[in-house]
Amino acid sequence: MSISVRNLSKRFGNFLALDDVSVEVGEGELLALLGPSGSGKTTLLRVIAGLESADSGSVLYDDRDMTRRSARERNVGFCFQHYALFRHMNVFENIAFGLRVRKHKGQVVNDRVNELLRLVRLENLAKRYPAQLSGGQRQRVALARALAIQPRVLLLDEPFGALDAKVRQELRQWLRRLHDEIHMTSVFVTHDQEEAFEVADRVVVMNQGKIEQAGTPADVFERPANPFVMDFLGNVNVFHGRVQNGKAHAGGLEVDYPAYSADVSRPATVYVRPHELEIDEVPLGRTSLEAQVVRTNPTGSAVKVALVAVEFGIELQVELSFQRYAELRLATGDTVYVSPRKATVFVPEGAALDYAI
Amino acid sequence: MMRVLPGFRSSLTLALMYLTAMVVVPLVACVATVSSLTFQEFWAAVWTPRARSAYALTFGASFASAAITSGLGILLAWVLVRYEFPFKRVLDALVDLPFALPTAVAGLVYSSLYVENGWLGRFLVPLDIHLAYSRSAIVLVLVFIGLPFSVRTVQPVLESFDVETEEAAHSLGATRWQTFWRVILPALIPATITGFALSLARGLGEYGSVVFVSNNRPFETEIAPQLIVQRLQEFHYREAASIAVVLLAASFTLLLVINLLERWSKRYEA
Amino acid sequence: MKPKSSLQLAPAAHRPARHDPLYVRILLIGAAVLVVGILVVIPVINVFYQAFGRGISGYFSALFGDRDTRHAILLTLIVAPTAVIMNVLFGLAAAWAIARFRFPGRTALTALIDLPFAVSPVVAGLMLVLIFGLHGYLGPWLRDHDLKIIFALPGLIIATAFVTLPFVARELIPVMEAIGSEEEVAAVSLGARPWQLFWRVTLPNIKWGLLYGVILCNARAMGEFGAVYVVSGRIDGRTFTMPLRVEKLMQEYDSPASFALASVLTLLAIVTLSVKVLVERKTRLDLAEASRLQAPGETT
Repeated sequence: MSISVRNLSKRFGNFLALDDVSVEVGEGELLALLGPSGSGKTTLLRVIAGLESADSGSVLYDDRDMTRRSARERNVGFCFQHYALFRHMNVFENIAFGLRVRKHKGQVVNDRVNELLRLVRLENLAKRYPAQLSGGQRQRVALARALAIQPRVLLLDEPFGALDAKVRQELRQWLRRLHDEIHMTSVFVTHDQEEAFEVADRVVVMNQGKIEQAGTPADVFERPANPFVMDFLGNVNVFHGRVQNGKAHAGGLEVDYPAYSADVSRPATVYVRPHELEIDEVPLGRTSLEAQVVRTNPTGSAVKVALVAVEFGIELQVELSFQRYAELRLATGDTVYVSPRKATVFVPEGAALDYAI
Repeated sequence: MMRVLPGFRSSLTLALMYLTAMVVVPLVACVATVSSLTFQEFWAAVWTPRARSAYALTFGASFASAAITSGLGILLAWVLVRYEFPFKRVLDALVDLPFALPTAVAGLVYSSLYVENGWLGRFLVPLDIHLAYSRSAIVLVLVFIGLPFSVRTVQPVLESFDVETEEAAHSLGATRWQTFWRVILPALIPATITGFALSLARGLGEYGSVVFVSNNRPFETEIAPQLIVQRLQEFHYREAASIAVVLLAASFTLLLVINLLERWSKRYEA
Repeated sequence: MKPKSSLQLAPAAHRPARHDPLYVRILLIGAAVLVVGILVVIPVINVFYQAFGRGISGYFSALFGDRDTRHAILLTLIVAPTAVIMNVLFGLAAAWAIARFRFPGRTALTALIDLPFAVSPVVAGLMLVLIFGLHGYLGPWLRDHDLKIIFALPGLIIATAFVTLPFVARELIPVMEAIGSEEEVAAVSLGARPWQLFWRVTLPNIKWGLLYGVILCNARAMGEFGAVYVVSGRIDGRTFTMPLRVEKLMQEYDSPASFALASVLTLLAIVTLSVKVLVERKTRLDLAEASRLQAPGETT
């Protein structure tokens, strides 16, 4: 089943949680709503589920208008951030709840619950109470409970938010595999861009009640639509400069920017991700910046190098491979030359012309 | 073990001495008095038809009122936690009044409200509802006395009840009634049992209000504490003590059972 | 600018899943108002109505014109505060030991404090008679030394103190546990003497809880009936406290005088409730203040 969200707006007091939001979720798609806290992503998810009503706009399932229907009638599977399991019921009864309130026959309930217990690999824990389970197990019970009612869509609010890093990693992959198995239209909310990119088919980036960008993970990551998305999707080095004649300049940096070919110079911002910066011992022409190494941090999968650009006085973040790091033999205080392999340029709309570096 | 804070020894000694003098010694004295009786004497004192009927009334009325109070407690807690309405804070404060109002005052006014020409009796007595000088009168005044216990034990549990749990039930297709019955009510059970036990304990020992609203007729409206007073006034101290020991033992046993029940009802909490 | 995440969702009461239909709300609120109205409001109004049955002057002459009633008021004003002071001293000691230290038998001690709740006041009175009465364990010795406890002031005080024993301690233990001992440990490390610690750190922290404990204990002490009834012997003008006098006046069919005295006790209950409401508001504000101090602008 597909979901269409059209022109939703929602206000809480004088806080605008959703500002004319429209989203399409395709049949069988796994969509991530990504954004910082307060961006309206959870509110959007809850409006889709019918747990919150919007002030204006509509929600359609396939082509049927569900805006005025209660969550009970929408038949959605909803997983809460803190699971919201029924504490006084054991795992079996938690999963069976939706079937019992629909007055299904005992045998039907049994079969369905056992099938789900197998699906979420909790066959041995059917008699346990939620308080006796680990966080990851609780999340799987919540998922099985939501799936038990054979929902038309699955909605998950920060599904891994309350778990520690390792379990989180496992469950992510498990959720992706589960989705590939059952192919149910699913939407999940997260503030973790890595999670969104790893699990989702498509990502919707939200900020201050608005959608900033929607697209496949590769799309969004490679071609951020605006500075907010660029900034939100991870560390980035920012250079303030100007554009003119199809080129952007920021001090010694020069980047191609064919979108602006006018002769009049305008202020622009150049964004370069740490792994897109290169370090050399000698200057490579005009596109490199002189910088001094402040510290190196060889942890994780890459070496993080912090430098200060001599011209700008700002700190730069660079990520190098271990191999390159070994070749350069960097030490604190070394003077090196930094050049971007790739950069993204944004020209603010209607920016003042006398903007100077 | 290192104790950083001062005053452990002196505060504990003071507390223990006071408790010993005020609680332990009197209890021991009571049991000692009874143990000076032979079993036949004891049995003759505590198992007369009149005493049996007094026990039955004391426990029956306390149980009935605790049960009614538990129901009312859930109703009041629900309304106070879930709804907004004018004078809600006043209603909330009034719930505590029975806790602070001397029981003699409660008894006095209840005994005059439900007689034939009382404010409420004038409507009820013609309907053949006699809530003064009857067994129902005792239950009614005990409901008044127990009310704050059940409301105040259930209220905090309902206040901290997680919204998402209700939303989960709702999104899984439960009606409002199903959600209440299957999800909310079970979570309130342990607190309700606690409230029940508190009102029961209060009801079993209650004397001040009951003597007013009951005409204290043996076999009819005489409660066990009243029988103790009766025996005392006849200077039958040992008989009085015997009945007291039965009452104490029964109360403690009941409270213990309820305590276990409450623990069992929370078995799902890790 | 990042908006606070707490603004993100509607207050719990406005969540659609918690929404009850209007008729259900009206029905339940109506039932609750009816219950409290019948059980509490009508009786309280009735007390005052009957108390003023003989007019305002009749009311005051019933209270102060009768020698025995005056004495009953005076006696209650001696018995209740004495019992309260005893229980405050005990309550502070017990709460300090239980809330600040771990020791074997701690749970048993807590249970022992609650015990008077489960003992009928009549039985409490009886136990005192069995010890101090003429035929009690200490009876002959007391008689030889010309001491009177039962049917006299000391008996009334002890009986009242027994019945109201748990109140102050029960109020203080949770308050002290909630506050924790960090501030006190800090004070000790800064060199505070025990009494300085108590007056300057502990008492200011628990004062609201203590106040409510005292007020509640006092209300129950002034209103105590069963235990006092047994130990008083009801000697006119000697051992009648206010609640006993209420009953006595009723027995004498002087209902307006009985209600007049009862109305004083009812006022006492109303004052107690008002203090409770005040204290609760105070504690809520204090707690909000404390959590604000501990986590300045923390958002997760």
